[in-house]
Amino acid sequence: MKRLLQSKETKKTLITFGIVIITYIIVEILMLCGLLSNQLQGLLVPICYYVMLAISLNLTVGILGELSLGHAGFACVGVFTGTVFSICMQNVIAASWIRFALAIILGALFAGIVGILIGLPVLRLKGDYLAIVTLAFCEIIKNVINVIYLGKDSQGLHISTTDTTALGMEPEGVVIIKGAQGVTGMPQDANFTIGILLILITLFIVLNLVHSRDGRAIMAIRDNLIAAESVGINITKYKLMAFSISAALAGAAGAYYGHNFNNIKAATNNFGYNMSIMVLVFVVLGGIGNMRGSIIAAVLLTLLPEMLRGISEYRLLIYSIVLIGMMLFNWSPKAQAWKEKMKVRILGKLKKNQKEVQ
Amino acid sequence: MSLISYVINGISLGSVYAIIALGYSMVYGIAKMLNFAHGDVIMVGGFVVYTMASGLGINPILSILCSMAFCTVLGMTIERIAYRPLRNAASSLAVLITAIGVSYFLQNIALIIYGSSPKAFTSVVTIPSLKLADGALTISGETIVTIVACIIIMVVLMLFINKTKAGQAMLAVSEDKGAAALMGINVNGTIALTFAIGSALAAIAGVLLCSAYPSLSPYTGAMPGIKAFVAAVFGGIGSIPGALIGGILLGLIEILSKAYISSQLSDAIVFAVLIVVLLVKPTGILGKQIQEKV
Repeated sequence: MKRLLQSKETKKTLITFGIVIITYIIVEILMLCGLLSNQLQGLLVPICYYVMLAISLNLTVGILGELSLGHAGFACVGVFTGTVFSICMQNVIAASWIRFALAIILGALFAGIVGILIGLPVLRLKGDYLAIVTLAFCEIIKNVINVIYLGKDSQGLHISTTDTTALGMEPEGVVIIKGAQGVTGMPQDANFTIGILLILITLFIVLNLVHSRDGRAIMAIRDNLIAAESVGINITKYKLMAFSISAALAGAAGAYYGHNFNNIKAATNNFGYNMSIMVLVFVVLGGIGNMRGSIIAAVLLTLLPEMLRGISEYRLLIYSIVLIGMMLFNWSPKAQAWKEKMKVRILGKLKKNQKEVQ
Repeated sequence: MSLISYVINGISLGSVYAIIALGYSMVYGIAKMLNFAHGDVIMVGGFVVYTMASGLGINPILSILCSMAFCTVLGMTIERIAYRPLRNAASSLAVLITAIGVSYFLQNIALIIYGSSPKAFTSVVTIPSLKLADGALTISGETIVTIVACIIIMVVLMLFINKTKAGQAMLAVSEDKGAAALMGINVNGTIALTFAIGSALAAIAGVLLCSAYPSLSPYTGAMPGIKAFVAAVFGGIGSIPGALIGGILLGLIEILSKAYISSQLSDAIVFAVLIVVLLVKPTGILGKQIQEKV
């Protein structure tokens, strides 16, 4: 055990888990004391969702090293499979937690399968081409979901792509998916505790993968594809592994998120490329390949526009300026050189002070 | 007859995509970055013309020229402030995210000035529509102007790139920045010039787009921007004839699938065709295959 703790990687992992758990405890205490406004409480589930999306996207972008702009599409698959399952099983499985857990697993499974189906042809492409194709897939998923009508009656499920009447249902049947109006009537099972639990599971899966033999193979592909291939790493297998796990985790996050509302639609602003790009912003700002950074960036960037609500008109303008400023400060070679210089100067002063004290 | 009119509409929409895609493609070819803010420059171009022509009653031609000048300056400023400092950054994703930031910035500035409700854009085209085959086939003035503008821009741009020193410098920089600098080419200046041309084209595309589909909101540029990006990839990113072919094919597929298959699924069909093309030819229709070495 002691040796285990001495390893640097393990320590880092434990600190990340610790941060999540401590944050959870603090938020719970604040809620008990009534110090958390309703508005912030309403944000807790979305924040958990964004954190999960950011961690899972970081697996594709940071560990696999491929740019994906279609992450919201997988979440969208998760949302719809998860919620449809919950609505269908509402009267069959009484215990809400079993139903919810099954819905999340099903969401993950479906998103994972879609991830494999998309990944098989697409991962042959590289760089920006891969980015545009994942974006295209995300838009296709959204568009297709928007024309599906799904209803349920005693005969079973009915599906159509024209409208509700074309479902040909019995009068007591329920329409679950109403095309562009989305899915309505799912049980609102999602809460903050489950969200934190899911974040921990997501982190556990991703960090374990990263530190495993498979993870090292995936990172070898990222660092040099040809060299990795020449030492006998099965490129397709590992790329597909990382991509589909990332998709499945996004699906689980989506299934969780879907149970936060009474109605959810696949609109441009929540499951279009905009959303994928927003998640990518979390990943890049938090540090590519750095899971802890993704979590912090996702939380801060979700809270920032809400904090600025007082100056509502200008809040997104300020958000964009902060985003540009932070990117320039974090990534430009000049700013990095300046930071190095400041570091040396401050450290030098500290050393000087120490000497004077002695 | 309806098929012919759909085809003409498709070519017209495709021409707009092609003009936008040119900006994407040139910038990508030379700076190796996806300029996500390009779509929003289109919107800015549209709003400048809207303000001048509809608001102040200035001559449309003059307002288009002003809009082009404004967008040129805007494009160069964006490049100078937001993109140039990150050109040698450790990750190429950094500049992509900054471009997204710029895109948000432009959208929100427009949102504060003009509000979110769509504005009715008065068409700047005064040419009457053309009636063929005893009135069975009508081609609107906007369509004619768009297609003609697209052809003129393509020809001028090809001449510029192949015949002038500045154009050759652009080709050299896109091929190899280091070698170009050693040959005495001002790399920063050439990249700025590319952004200037791309942004001026975006202004023209904005006016044409808003004349054909007369509504203008801060989010007008986003979707055409993405579609044009798809068109650029479709034709082979970095290639000028590729942008033309990609744009027109995309416009045709979009209009025809809207007319004959499903208006809701037209975007999905456009993207599906893109995926199929990329899987068969991973660098687009006219893209160059670059062999990677260890």
